[in-house]
Amino acid sequence: MIKEYIQFAFSTIVHQRKRRSFLTILGIFIGIAAVVALISVSQGLKDAVSSQFELIGADVITIMPGKFGAGGMTGFGARPLTDTDVEIVENIRGVGTVAPILVRTAKVTFSGEEKYTYVMGIPADKAEDVLLSMEGIKVIEGRLTTKSDKYGAIIGYSIADDFFEKDVHVGDKLEISGKEFKVRGRISKIGNRQDDSQIYIHMSTAREIFNTSEISVIILKVEQGADVERVAEKIKEELKDKHGEEDFSVMTSSQLASIVQNILGIIQLVIVGIAGISLLVGGVGIMNTMYTSVQERTRQIGIMKAVGATNSDILTIFLVESGLLGLVGGVIGCVIGIVLAFGVQFGAEILGYSMLKASVPLWLIAFALGFSFVLGMLSGTLPARHAARMNPVDALRYE
Amino acid sequence: MPNDTHASHDEVIIRLDNVKKTYMLGKIPVQALRGITMKVHRGEFIAIMGPSGSGKSTLMNILGALDVPTSGKVWFEGKDISKFSESELARFRGKKVGFVFQQFNLFPVMSALENVALPMIFQDVPEKQRLARAKQLLTTLGLGKRLHHKPSELSGGEQQRVAMARAFANNPDVILADEPTGNLDSKTGKQIMTFLKNLHMEEHKTIIVVTHDPIIAGYAETIVNIRDGQIVHDHILARKHLWPKNRRTGEQ
Repeated sequence: MIKEYIQFAFSTIVHQRKRRSFLTILGIFIGIAAVVALISVSQGLKDAVSSQFELIGADVITIMPGKFGAGGMTGFGARPLTDTDVEIVENIRGVGTVAPILVRTAKVTFSGEEKYTYVMGIPADKAEDVLLSMEGIKVIEGRLTTKSDKYGAIIGYSIADDFFEKDVHVGDKLEISGKEFKVRGRISKIGNRQDDSQIYIHMSTAREIFNTSEISVIILKVEQGADVERVAEKIKEELKDKHGEEDFSVMTSSQLASIVQNILGIIQLVIVGIAGISLLVGGVGIMNTMYTSVQERTRQIGIMKAVGATNSDILTIFLVESGLLGLVGGVIGCVIGIVLAFGVQFGAEILGYSMLKASVPLWLIAFALGFSFVLGMLSGTLPARHAARMNPVDALRYE
Repeated sequence: MPNDTHASHDEVIIRLDNVKKTYMLGKIPVQALRGITMKVHRGEFIAIMGPSGSGKSTLMNILGALDVPTSGKVWFEGKDISKFSESELARFRGKKVGFVFQQFNLFPVMSALENVALPMIFQDVPEKQRLARAKQLLTTLGLGKRLHHKPSELSGGEQQRVAMARAFANNPDVILADEPTGNLDSKTGKQIMTFLKNLHMEEHKTIIVVTHDPIIAGYAETIVNIRDGQIVHDHILARKHLWPKNRRTGEQ
């Protein structure tokens, strides 16, 4: 019998009340589209972040100035890290290579064109440790700088062909903050625009041209066999002793990953909350439409009752109709959501973030469809009950 | 329909026992029926006549198991349906009663065939059988070429014939027609009444017609006159059977 009810509902929604049905489900499908698109994108973002952190490797510890997590990201104006800090860290047991890094935004000029980008100062002897530590990253043109390349630079993947008007080649000359550098090498693609448009120079040269003795971040590798978490704890203790307070952050790559994941999680939650409001409004819309529909079909309800429909038959007919209304909204919402998600992915690719791959999990689609059907039914419950309880004699008399 | 079920006029199919029905019109109680006692025999063709407001529609609703009385008893095939729940009543009338309305009351989006098949859905008749039966009924009523037409594509007389086919869908024992010719011109009305009469003769259905038109009532065997919620007198037109004069009201 349910098959007939679905046919009834379908003919009502699709043939009789096309425009009204469409307007009714607008709220539902905007909500569902938002949920599907945003979860797909942020799921993709999470995957991308995870894979980026996987590249770094689990044995890497990052030390940054400022307290991470409490009161914002790495604190601007927080006490910068110093060479003394590097010494302290180097002497801790289990710590392997330590690389202090200076990061600054700088004006870079190439054949008359001026642009701003991140310039990273890396100790001359640690270029390999820092740049090639990530899995799959290698020198694809030229070579790494050596100690003697005081004004030698290594360029990120995109600097070569996607940054300046003209392509930059190994051997070309770049001006960074007014000093001339020679491009020695180019590394392979990391997968996000920012990392791929960095320029790497020697730490000492960077300190010279930026006129600072600060350190932006210390990256270190834990010796093989040592417990990463324990080494991180030890670093924290020692630096705290020295600084007198915890004005820095020590993070293992898994902690770093989980912090980013948490932030993404919060963003997801907010998005789902907003979409939830849209769905609520959509539900009220369905309820309203169903009440109108019941009112208009009072006579038809009377006829159905006269020819033998019970209250529960009528209830089911209207519940199926409102559920289907919700479901149709859900289907349209899913389609639009998926299109949007891949639109965002496409847009990100154009902007150079090729690592962002929208991911539409099957559970999300199943959930969205199930949810919209149930939402439709719930919204239709009161109108359907109203219809079911109509007195057939009065209903037949209704004009 | 098998011959042994229609039996003779002696079998009482519906019996009303001092049936009263009171409606609330706002806060004022209106007595639509003031104690009706009557019997309907299987295979009878009855016309219920009376001016508007006489209670004849209320009486029809109770005879057709659409409504229950405020007090009194309704026996339908020996079952007391006056205390039936809404669902029991719905199932019961779905099987036992077919309605024909003045306004045809067809579903505008459904074809003639679908309209006729509708009551069978609620009796869980499989689709194939439903459509076969609906087609057969419509063909019998001369609408074999109109099966897939929507009501708006049919004339009034054709629509009412579709409605009649729908009333017969579940092969009910009783057909209730409320002013079935009220919306038709006299020629078409005559045609409809002839169909009803033929169905009565051939299928031996119990037919109850509510009307205020004496010509329509003339097709019936018996006329029950109702005024102010009471039966004023009944009049046997066709004495196919010899009945005691006051048999309908049960008085001897």
